[in-house]
Amino acid sequence: MEPTISFFFDFQLSDLWYLAEAAWRTLLISALSITIGTVLGVVFGWMLFEGRWAAALFLGPLLDVFRSVPLIIQLVLFYNFAPIIGLVLDPFLSGVVILSIYCAALVANVARGGMEAVGPSMRRAARSLGMSYWQDLRHVVLPIGTRAVFPSWVGVALGVMKDSALVSVLGYVELLKASQILITRTQEPLLILTIAGAFYFALSYPISRYAANLEKRWAS
Amino acid sequence: MIEIRGLEKFYGSLQVLKGIDLDVPKGEVLSIVGASGSGKSTLLYCINALEAIQAGSVIVDGIDVHARGTDINALRQKLGMVFQQWNSFPHLTTLQNVALAPQIVKGKSRAESREIAARQLEHVGLGDKFDVYPSALSGGQQQRLAIARALAMEPEYMLFDEATSALDPELVGEVLDTMRLLAEEGMTMICVTHEMSFARDVSDRVAFFHQGVIEEIDTASEIFGSPKSEHLQKFLSKIR
Repeated sequence: MEPTISFFFDFQLSDLWYLAEAAWRTLLISALSITIGTVLGVVFGWMLFEGRWAAALFLGPLLDVFRSVPLIIQLVLFYNFAPIIGLVLDPFLSGVVILSIYCAALVANVARGGMEAVGPSMRRAARSLGMSYWQDLRHVVLPIGTRAVFPSWVGVALGVMKDSALVSVLGYVELLKASQILITRTQEPLLILTIAGAFYFALSYPISRYAANLEKRWAS
Repeated sequence: MIEIRGLEKFYGSLQVLKGIDLDVPKGEVLSIVGASGSGKSTLLYCINALEAIQAGSVIVDGIDVHARGTDINALRQKLGMVFQQWNSFPHLTTLQNVALAPQIVKGKSRAESREIAARQLEHVGLGDKFDVYPSALSGGQQQRLAIARALAMEPEYMLFDEATSALDPELVGEVLDTMRLLAEEGMTMICVTHEMSFARDVSDRVAFFHQGVIEEIDTASEIFGSPKSEHLQKFLSKIR
């Protein structure tokens, strides 16, 4: 008897590899965005903290926009309208740009909180030793502030990593997009989503473990 | 020598220092006493320019502290300061707390900075606490750490801003003993304090602040033995 033609075929080992590759792309876009976003966010946070009028007038509201508008809307708008101003970016780079800005907007407030946590009397003590403004910032404010808000930052970072799934709407084949493709082919959503979830967990868990260890070390 | 002339300080429209004239020669221990809010601490902050001034001048060893162009970070190395809140750096060990400023401000080597730090910690009686974090120290120990941290910059003057006010009563003694030790070693000190016994026993002179002016300044025995101004008499009677 002729074999029946099947439109679907089962989940195979090669598909697992396919998912692993996609997980790598999730990791890549997340790591890049979180790194750029954190650096930018700390700078923005410092500007908010210093409270110059320009920061209060322009930067604050601008960051609020990026924090408030759903990421998926930002992604679609940027990807489709950036070419109008001559900025032709592929889905990956578009994702990095928007995720970085989004991450920076979140980190800015965390960073400002950290700097505020140090308190004026600590800074006076540093300055009274002859430290310059920048030495005080580098050796006193940043290390103390970082410890104060590190858990919040980890929360932001893990959030951005999960939100990177939204870049799939631009066609970037990261973990979620890869899962959708496989589900369409195999019609086994339960299995594939479970595997994808496990991958997300595998990416997040080391970070939160590492963070918990750092916190424990700092607490001693 | 610290020379203060016609110093005025405002917070907004509130005038906290109303024309201070004061000379503190090298080697003197001067205590400043007076009610809270009389401007004592503010005066200290004006001496090392942690606060800006609106009129008058502060001259330290011939250098105008508040002049434009004065390298204030260099000048502050001469003026060690100890605060009411000890403000130890929580992310650094005791030794690192003291070694930080010599290393990054004075540019000394890591080894040399640690050596200085070790010496100053021994000096204030924390020789056995090099590698602990401030959170493991008592308030009195943290305040002594703050003194060691200031001394590590080898200052020529020490400013104490109510160094014992935030301490539990049983911890006050060890900090005062450290301050006494410094005074005996000939350090020039300006101590804003509420510890009248310290002011009486250790100071060469005592200044009584009242509402932003120095109302009376004299030797400790005169200030406590025969106070002249009415406010000082009232102040002392309340303290006793």
